[in-house]
Amino acid sequence: MPIAFPAAEGHVRAAPGKARQWAMVIDLRKCDGCKECTLACQTEHALPKSFEWIKVFEVKDSQGGKYFMPRPCFQCENAPCLRVCPTGATFRDEEGVVLVDQVDKCIGCRMCMEHPVPQIKGTVGKCMFCVHRTDDGKLPACVEACAMEALYIGDLVEDVATNGNETVRLSTFLKENDAFRYKEDLGTGPRVYYIAGHGQLLDN
Amino acid sequence: MDARTRGLYVERALWPIGRGDRNFWLAVGGLSALVALGLYAYVYQLQNGLWVTGLNQKVSWGFYIINCVFFIGISYGGAMTGAILRLTNAKWRAPLTRLAEATAVAALLVGAVFPIIDLGRPDRFINVILYAQVGSPIVWDVVAIGTYLVASLVFLYLPLIPDLAIARDLLGSRANVLGKVYGMLSLGWRGTHAQERALARGVGILAVLIIPLAISVHSVLAWLFAVTSRGAWHSTIFAPLFVLAAVLSGVAAVILVIAALRKVYGLQAFITAKHFRYLSYLLIALGMGYLYFMISEYLTEGYVAAEEIAPVLESIFVGQYAPSFWAFAIGGLVLPLFIAGLPGRYPVARACLASILVIAGMWLKRFLIVVPGMAGPIMPWEWGRYSPTWVEIAITVGAAAAIPLMLIVFFRFFPVMSVHELDEIEGVEPAPRLAPAFAGGEE
Ligand code: SF4
Ligand code: SF4
Repeated sequence: MPIAFPAAEGHVRAAPGKARQWAMVIDLRKCDGCKECTLACQTEHALPKSFEWIKVFEVKDSQGGKYFMPRPCFQCENAPCLRVCPTGATFRDEEGVVLVDQVDKCIGCRMCMEHPVPQIKGTVGKCMFCVHRTDDGKLPACVEACAMEALYIGDLVEDVATNGNETVRLSTFLKENDAFRYKEDLGTGPRVYYIAGHGQLLDN
Repeated sequence: MDARTRGLYVERALWPIGRGDRNFWLAVGGLSALVALGLYAYVYQLQNGLWVTGLNQKVSWGFYIINCVFFIGISYGGAMTGAILRLTNAKWRAPLTRLAEATAVAALLVGAVFPIIDLGRPDRFINVILYAQVGSPIVWDVVAIGTYLVASLVFLYLPLIPDLAIARDLLGSRANVLGKVYGMLSLGWRGTHAQERALARGVGILAVLIIPLAISVHSVLAWLFAVTSRGAWHSTIFAPLFVLAAVLSGVAAVILVIAALRKVYGLQAFITAKHFRYLSYLLIALGMGYLYFMISEYLTEGYVAAEEIAPVLESIFVGQYAPSFWAFAIGGLVLPLFIAGLPGRYPVARACLASILVIAGMWLKRFLIVVPGMAGPIMPWEWGRYSPTWVEIAITVGAAAAIPLMLIVFFRFFPVMSVHELDEIEGVEPAPRLAPAFAGGEE
């Protein structure tokens, strides 16, 4: 079952001084669990069905209700998966995206997968914030595919984010909607923010 | 100490050399078939990728990592037994050290291969050296295992030198080509006082060195787990726990190897029930130590029952992994202590039974560390599954068969007991000087 993983290939790095710092915002109030994001990602990256770089969880909250939680890679600023890599195949580019060099360096030891970095094929692959698309000024495949407009891609430097339809001031948007980061207490500095709204515990 | 007794143990130690009776070929044939099966499975895996294993995105470490920890653990016990017996100058060690040290090397060679079998891209293994990132536990592993491998090879070789000289002198007629090899490997050993002193110093230094080296190897293996963000692994006691587990399973393996070769090569006169009783005491002390460490770990974690650990512990104590856990805790840890420890008849048989149980139990324990820790949820709704395929099972069986195979083949060419150490303990002067008749081949 040979599969192509275009992950880190062909990614042109941002010119010095112009680097963006990518982040994602996921509005849990809007997500209806349709998994279009997962599908779009699998199509974009030619992944088999069992590889969900963005995985949509169905979560039961403490009140007995339920909501959906899409989880891409969090692109942590202090990424543990990057620290444990023996060959430096896992690295952060200038735009803050954690990438895996599958072409030359990754030896497939899966040490990084002890930390939540999924997917195998000889080498390890993961959500890479579609850097090949953002380089061309396009939205990540999942953001583009989400009909509920629940996913936002944003830039911490310019302080904007967009779901393809509306564009928001990132910091204000996060603040006004009490955004949280999943397992922030681990100190890894995730670059993915969640907006709650279904009675879920905010610190979770 | 008369010449007859010496003749007896020299004869016994050298007896297997160059002999190949029917049983020998049967054993070699059977074991080789199993190893070949393992190799076939590995080639199949190389061609098709890790897809053919039961490993998946959630549980991405399984049998191979378990086996790596398990076999290196066994090796460690062999090295420690050899080193401790030397350092404490235990007189009863003489007929055992060679077997313990050879077991250490054989098990290590097998264990060290497993991280490579586990790689998705073994062809790129060299990257670990080319692009080494000092912060990665995998790099620590490669350095630690590499150093330890060299040390344990030297640790096997040094005490072998005088024996090689003895074999060279005695087997001149029986082994022509071999005689030359012995001559080369024995580095012109004549048993002069200067040589004796140098050898004693070398072996002494290594015996001291090999202990921290082996401890470092197993600590690093433990840190492979403990430095991750997985709750069930993120434990300070992991390194000492791994070290103790290693010595425990290693001593058990040494007991089995000694019992088997004692029987096959007829060494009953030299390795007696007393040796097995002493080794049993060692096994019991280590087993009790392990029990204590384990209770300490589970109690502190289970009492607080943090969100990410509680479901894993639950699955181990009462959930899907409970059968393995209780089989290990009762059958593989507590029961063997009684079997080996109670006074009574059949000390050898009881030591062997206890050892088999301990070894099986320690394999299960490694399974219980790796798999539930992996399958357990990172996000609270996400359990993984793992069931190994025939590929992983075949490779595991092949690897296990490789250890006795290597030992049998090794002892077909090298003395199974250290004649030189037996001489020392029995108070015989270095062979060539006491018995010039034996030194015929020299000069
Ligand atoms: S496509 Fe949008 S709405 Fe559908 S599961 Fe993904 S995030 Fe939720
Ligand atoms: S950003 Fe790209 S790689 Fe990441 S989940 Fe979305 S589509 Fe997949």
